Amino acid sequence: MATVMIDLKRLGDVKAPAGFAERVLAQAGMADSYAVFETVLGPVYVAWSRLGVSAAMRSKSAAEFQEWFEREIGRRLVRVDPPADLAGKISDQLSGKRRLRFDLRGLTPFSQAVLEKTLQIPRGQVRPYGWVAREIGHPAAVRAVGTALANNPIPYFIPCHRVVRSDGVIGNYGGGGPEAKKNILSLEGVQLARLQRLAQSGYRYEGVKSTKIFCFPTCYHGRHAREENFVFFHDETEARAAGYRPCKDCRPAVA
Amino acid sequence: MEGTERVFERLVRDNQDRIFALSLALTGNRHDAEEVAQDTFLRAYRALADYAPERVRELKQRAWLHRIAVNVFRNRVRGVRPRLVELNGSEPSPASGPEEDVLRRAEIDELAARVACLPARYREAVVLRHVQELSYAEVAEALGQPVGTVKANVHRGLKILRGENHGDGDD
Repeated sequence: MATVMIDLKRLGDVKAPAGFAERVLAQAGMADSYAVFETVLGPVYVAWSRLGVSAAMRSKSAAEFQEWFEREIGRRLVRVDPPADLAGKISDQLSGKRRLRFDLRGLTPFSQAVLEKTLQIPRGQVRPYGWVAREIGHPAAVRAVGTALANNPIPYFIPCHRVVRSDGVIGNYGGGGPEAKKNILSLEGVQLARLQRLAQSGYRYEGVKSTKIFCFPTCYHGRHAREENFVFFHDETEARAAGYRPCKDCRPAVA
Repeated sequence: MEGTERVFERLVRDNQDRIFALSLALTGNRHDAEEVAQDTFLRAYRALADYAPERVRELKQRAWLHRIAVNVFRNRVRGVRPRLVELNGSEPSPASGPEEDVLRRAEIDELAARVACLPARYREAVVLRHVQELSYAEVAEALGQPVGTVKANVHRGLKILRGENHGDGDD
C-alpha cells in the first residue's frame, strides 16, 4: 500500500516540459512564434501569429531579432519548431507564387495602408513613393510613405523594395541598403539600367503608340511592345496632350 | 482584455507543472499529456475572456483547472478509443541529460503508463486524490461525483495498482 502511494506522489512531482508555458501563450495569441528559415536571401528570422506573418529580418542572432521585435512590435516572442509547411510557404511567397497572410497589428493605420498598398505592386514592377501616397488617399504624405516603408517590419515579404524615387535614384532600403534593393529588383526581373536611364532624362511615363495608353515604365502592359513603338513623357499633362490615357492597371494618374 | 492576459499568464506559469503532471497520470504518455495540458489552458483562456472580472477574482483556480483538465481528458477518450499502453516503456524517452535523470524519467513514464491502464473512472479518482493530493471533497467537485463514489473508486483503483505492483516486484 505504502509503495503505491509513494509512487503516485512522485508522479505528481513531474515538471511541464521546457517551453510549455510559452507554447500555450503563443497558442492563446499572447505571443508570436518565430523560427529561422533558409531562403534565397540567406537565413531570415520570421515571426508569425495566428493572423499571419508579423515580422521578418536578416538579424545576426536570435537574441537580436527577439529584442528588435519586442521593441518595435510590442508583443512577446517565442521560438518554436516551425509548422512543417511554413518553409515551403515562405519560399513560395518570396518567389511570387503565393501570398501569405500578414499580421500588421501594432502599426499605425497609415503604415498599414501603405504596406497593404505596397503588397499590390506586382513582382518585376516598381512604383514611385508619390503613387503610394496618392493611392491611399494622402497625396501630400510622400515623406511619411517613405518613413512607413523604411520601418516595414516584414521586408522582402511586403515588397517595399518595389517603391522607388521618381527621379530614378533607387533610394535607401531598410533590408540592407541601396545595393540590396538593386539586387532584389534585378532578381525580380526589373530592367534597372533602362529604368534609371529614363528617369535621368526626366521621363516618368512610357506610352505605346498603338494603344495610346501611358504607363509606369515597368508596367506589365508595355512588355510586348517593341522599343521603337514606345513614346516617353515627362508628366501627365504632356501625355494627355499627346492623346494618351493613363493605364487602368498601373494607374500612373487618376483616370 | 489586458487584465485577462496577465491573469492568464500567471495562471499558466503557476499551474503548468501541476496540470502537466495530472495530464501525464491520466493519459500515460508525454505526448498526449502535452496535448491535454495545452487544451486545458486554452479552454481556460477562452473562458476567462468571457468571465466578468468579479468572477475571475473569486475563481478557485486550482479546482477549476482540474475540472477542465478532466473534461478535456474525457472528451478525448470519447473521441478516440483509449489506446492500450504497453507496460515496458512504450515511448522511448529522448535520452538527454545525466544518466540519473534519464533513468528517473523512464521510471516515471513507466509509472504513468501503469496508472493509465486503470479503468477511466478509477484512474481519475486515484490520480486526483493521490497524485494531485486533492481532498475528497475537491475530487468530488472536479469529477462531478458524490464523495462516496469517489472514495469507493479510489479504493478499487489502489487495489488494482497494488496487485500489479506486487507482480512487478517479483521480477
